[in-house]
Amino acid sequence: MFKKDLQGAPKQKLKSSAQRALRQNLLATYPLLTPYIEEILPKKGSLASMKLPDRNTLYVLDSVPLFYQNDGSDLLPHLKLVHRFPQAFPSIRIDRGAIRFVLSGATLMAPGLTSAGGRLPVDGAKPLEEGKEMEQSIVEDGRWSRELAKGEPVVIMAEGKEEACAVGTLAAGTDEVKAKGKGPVVEDAHYLGDGLWNLNTA
Amino acid sequence: MADAEQSEAPVELQGRNVIYCGVCTLPPEYCEYGGTVRKCQEWLEKHHPDMYSRIWSPEALEAATAALSVDAQKRAAKDAQKKAAKAEAAEQKQASKLASSVVTIKRIERNKKKFVTAVIGLEAFGLDLKKVLIVVFFLKVAKDFGKKFATGSSVTKLPSGGEEIVVQGDVSDELEEFILEKYKDVPEDNIELVDDKKKKSSG
Repeated sequence: MFKKDLQGAPKQKLKSSAQRALRQNLLATYPLLTPYIEEILPKKGSLASMKLPDRNTLYVLDSVPLFYQNDGSDLLPHLKLVHRFPQAFPSIRIDRGAIRFVLSGATLMAPGLTSAGGRLPVDGAKPLEEGKEMEQSIVEDGRWSRELAKGEPVVIMAEGKEEACAVGTLAAGTDEVKAKGKGPVVEDAHYLGDGLWNLNTA
Repeated sequence: MADAEQSEAPVELQGRNVIYCGVCTLPPEYCEYGGTVRKCQEWLEKHHPDMYSRIWSPEALEAATAALSVDAQKRAAKDAQKKAAKAEAAEQKQASKLASSVVTIKRIERNKKKFVTAVIGLEAFGLDLKKVLIVVFFLKVAKDFGKKFATGSSVTKLPSGGEEIVVQGDVSDELEEFILEKYKDVPEDNIELVDDKKKKSSG
């Protein structure tokens, strides 16, 4: 999504009502962030938004990028935020061979996940159940405890690395990926070293 | 409730502080994909020796490559080589650009005895700044000039691409000195003073 270097636009301060709405939206999308919300979005902090090309908006708190959003769709965390709270976002893991493709902006394909080095959610995991949003986490060896549905935001970890390497939305549910084993899984991700990563938010 | 949370996981409540490479801005473990591996290694060794020994130790490297098939390894190596070459070429280009670029200080007549001074060609000395930052850089320099000479100073886009800084008043000589003093990486020989009389448009 941000393959090219981005031109930063001037930041605009958000109204406190917009901040509150954002906060709610954030918690709805990422219930696991609840314990950290005060650290991410302090009530007194001055949150600003920055317009990016292709109707993307980036939310910045004191020059630290937090989230971006494409035209009213789900909020996606900036990778710097993922690095700060890696346990709060559903994740999948790609094998080592796929890293360099993802880091050059390619669409993530299923074989990068189904191979020995990749990690998809636990076999036989259930999809998200109502009221159980808080009961999900990484279990055994980098596998998420529930199936992730199509369109859900997901963090992409990498084999042999501690930090996440990309963030995107699933183009296919994880159960489907397991069943089919081919085809695109995450398109248009935000990855390490892309335009958004290199954007100057000061 | 806050208490309960704290007793549960006091450490986890803090966000992690991740170290980023000073050269390619990625987390150091991803430096190998950044294209400036050699430089990143030097930087990491200097600033975070413990991390350096962890990531670039022979055992770690071996473990990393063992997982791949020989074929994939070859391809990855080739890819890395190409990237490194590209980065190097870009660097060289930058250096040669720097050496050949000239800063022109132009005195432009505005109205018989009134002058403005234009500075053209500072782009190359925006150094390793990204495109986005160059504008900021220019604004800063313009502000500096204005402060120094107590006059107006502005940044204008040139039709030929690039930007110029226009300072009110004839300050060309002082400006040259000021640039040399303040921006050390501008070599003296590369500064050129030009006197530009306004075209006789007024008749």
